[in-house]
Amino acid sequence: MLARRIIPCLDIRDGVTVKGTNFLGLRSVGDPVEMAAEYAGEGADELVCLDISATLEGRKTFASLVERIAGTIDIPFTVGGGIASAEDAGRLLLAGADKVSVNSAAVRRPQLIDEIASRYGSQFVVVAIDARRIGDRWTVTTHSGSRTTDRELFSWAMEAEERGAGEILFTSMDNDGTGKGYPCGTFAALSEMLDIPVIASGGAGSVEDIAEVLTAGKADAALAASIFHYGKVSIPQLKAALASAGIPVRPAP
Amino acid sequence: MNTVIIDYGTGNLRSIGNALKRMGAEYLVSSDPSDILSADRVILPGVGEASSAMKRLLDTGLDRVIPSLKQPVLGICIGMQLMCRSSEEGKTECLGIFRTEVRRLSPAHPSMKLKIPEMGWNNIRMETDGQDGKQEPCPLFKGIPDGSYVYYVHSFAPDICQDTVAVTEYGHPFSAALDRDNFFGTQFHPEKSGKTGQRILENFLGL
Repeated sequence: MLARRIIPCLDIRDGVTVKGTNFLGLRSVGDPVEMAAEYAGEGADELVCLDISATLEGRKTFASLVERIAGTIDIPFTVGGGIASAEDAGRLLLAGADKVSVNSAAVRRPQLIDEIASRYGSQFVVVAIDARRIGDRWTVTTHSGSRTTDRELFSWAMEAEERGAGEILFTSMDNDGTGKGYPCGTFAALSEMLDIPVIASGGAGSVEDIAEVLTAGKADAALAASIFHYGKVSIPQLKAALASAGIPVRPAP
Repeated sequence: MNTVIIDYGTGNLRSIGNALKRMGAEYLVSSDPSDILSADRVILPGVGEASSAMKRLLDTGLDRVIPSLKQPVLGICIGMQLMCRSSEEGKTECLGIFRTEVRRLSPAHPSMKLKIPEMGWNNIRMETDGQDGKQEPCPLFKGIPDGSYVYYVHSFAPDICQDTVAVTEYGHPFSAALDRDNFFGTQFHPEKSGKTGQRILENFLGL
């Protein structure tokens, strides 16, 4: 049976892993290559690395980090942050990425999804969507949640799938980094609407939160950062708890 | 010990190369038939679309080289699909090494929903009592417990046949791995399947 995936995420700025609350107030938490190897060894099902460097120097550091991480880990590896063209995606493929995640640039120019998918296949394109609830509508945001757009979560996710996205990574900006749990009703509606996998992100504070988004929220995978980085829950503990709750997971080694 | 990874322009050779490097194995990436014919073992990787990948094999003459090989050959994902008789993806004839057809994944019942591609970790069941008198597990799976998880990214898969040595179920059961004589294939990605995948690659390198 296909297992639900547990995906740790490293936000990397200028070569170090950072994590903040609601994308602000970033704190440094460790060396990315060491953390990647540790998570892979503990039974992470995939790894995501997002470049949030603000400088050109930081971006260069990130490219060499991608190569080092890809050479180290033996699980699928998704890379994102600042990808604006099929050429950007191609460079990351050559550096060893198995998938790329696109976000703001795809909102600005949706053809980016078609371009990457037609050149490298749908399995290579994860479309990350950051959204927050404004009134009764999930409004898509960009630039780490700092800018609202006129797009709405469900129609944008459907358009991304039609354009060739292989997966949707949805982050609730209302919940990200708060540890208050996921908006499971929204996740379930999204997962039922789409024919491609949905990765839930933003808000995991406990094993129960993750179990809930994988069951009631019908998510195919859960991505989390703080809960793992600060040692609140380890991946083996999480997987054991999910398995005993009857959720299909690949057991930690 | 000389392993050749066949480069036929389908992209990501990096991850299989990285996996061999982590294991300390030497390898050469090549599309030159003389390199391939003289290799101790050969890996046919593949990411992309079957009919265009098959066209590249035809254009380069590798469609005649590969079936003639006598050394161990491992096809991965699309690489394995190209070693079957045909694929529904782009409706293409393939190399015809494994006696089966590649079909699009589909739900167990038309009313059920199945997300395609299958993306993620699924388990394998070994076929040790299949046809052709298979009593022993395939040498590729030496030391791998039944039910182990491996990583999949695919929308098509080979039907079960007499060459099937491991089965996975997604919608329907399909061939997770095939073996006929010196030819092996995995629908999953051993290079991305953690320690299980590493053991499978080590087993292949030990053949």
